[in-house]
Amino acid sequence: MPAIDDQQKAERFREAALPYLDDVYTLARYLLRDASDAEDAVQECYLRALKHFDSYRGPAMKPWLFAILRNVCNAEYARRAHRPSAIEDTPGAAEQTPMWQENEASPETAVLRSRDAGAIRKLIDALAEPFRETFVLREINNLSYREIAEAAGVPVGTVMSRLARARAMLRAAWTAEEEQAR
Amino acid sequence: MTCDEAKILLHALLDNELDAGHAREVEAHVAGCPACAAELAAQREMKAVLADTKLHYTAPPSLRARIEASIPQARPQPSRRSVLRGFAMGSAVSALAASGVVAVVLRQDDQQRILSEVVSAHLRSLQAGHLIDVVSSDQHTVKPWFNGKLDVAPPVIDLTALGFTLVGGRLDYIDARAIGAVVYKRRQHVINLFVSQTTSTERRPPRTQTMQGFNCRRWGERGLNFWAVSDIGGDELAEFVDKFEAAMKANVEG
Repeated sequence: MPAIDDQQKAERFREAALPYLDDVYTLARYLLRDASDAEDAVQECYLRALKHFDSYRGPAMKPWLFAILRNVCNAEYARRAHRPSAIEDTPGAAEQTPMWQENEASPETAVLRSRDAGAIRKLIDALAEPFRETFVLREINNLSYREIAEAAGVPVGTVMSRLARARAMLRAAWTAEEEQAR
Repeated sequence: MTCDEAKILLHALLDNELDAGHAREVEAHVAGCPACAAELAAQREMKAVLADTKLHYTAPPSLRARIEASIPQARPQPSRRSVLRGFAMGSAVSALAASGVVAVVLRQDDQQRILSEVVSAHLRSLQAGHLIDVVSSDQHTVKPWFNGKLDVAPPVIDLTALGFTLVGGRLDYIDARAIGAVVYKRRQHVINLFVSQTTSTERRPPRTQTMQGFNCRRWGERGLNFWAVSDIGGDELAEFVDKFEAAMKANVEG
């Protein structure tokens, strides 16, 4: 009886996917940097996930949902006019810049002061897209490198270099802000 | 290792993503390179500050409600009265669920730590001379060896005929407790089966996780926790666990 099957499927989906709603919403907020766009994207993500739940074979629900959310967000990027970011604009140029450059300027390791979440979220929002995504997947959504590679559809090596670059940029922006505050 | 490589790999070191060999290489480079040492310290510090900050967002309740509504309901539409009652129930249930989520998250953190200890123990065992304390392919030799060394001797089952050769047993330490490790081989690959006592008698179905390139399948049965760790493929490890469980069931019932 297909109706029963559908109900069971819906129930299984509810149990498997809904616990990750906050995680998916968090990623959407960082990817789109807009609360209402994020809500729309998350809703679309769950609709698509339910539709494709039959073909879901694992390995883990969270990276699978993230991969779907990414596709939704990419469509949103395409629709949206390009918004320049404060720290780095073109990913291509960013890959060429040596990433330890920022630290050579100030060799001593300045101690970062604890900041409120809002200030740090702003710094993360200012990272250019592929770096921001990798950073958020690792540091906030706690995915392993392999899971990030899977969700983002890139090799693990790319995940590693993007993450190194993202953290170097974030730290540079953070210390620069603290210098200014002094 | 060059500084360029170290500047990327030190992040993998911080994230616990490196195998033992690469971790040693990065540590050796950092020990002799002040610039990379400073970078590692700075990144470690930033990671600690970030970990202390709430960077997660919480989905708005209206979004949750909309998504809930878009998933087909199992029951027919309830009357208005029962909707209200359901609402009151619903908030009690979701409060429970929320606390359940916290418990699950905490337990997962704990399990993540134990998993990493299990993988470390597996790695240690692969170093020369650490694999086996009692060398025997005879389960009637290995099993009594554990008696008196542990509160509960692990089940020792010979699976040689099924393609997994019993090679011996060892005492190991996980989560600050002595536990038994039963060692099997599949071709040239070592499988460590760690067994510890637990207060929970609830059966937990097997689940595979991957850490540092090792597959770890863990499950719980009859008051024991099991972790099977190996570098063999996930499906082969699952086969091992299936055969072990079937043999254990047959032993208990037979």
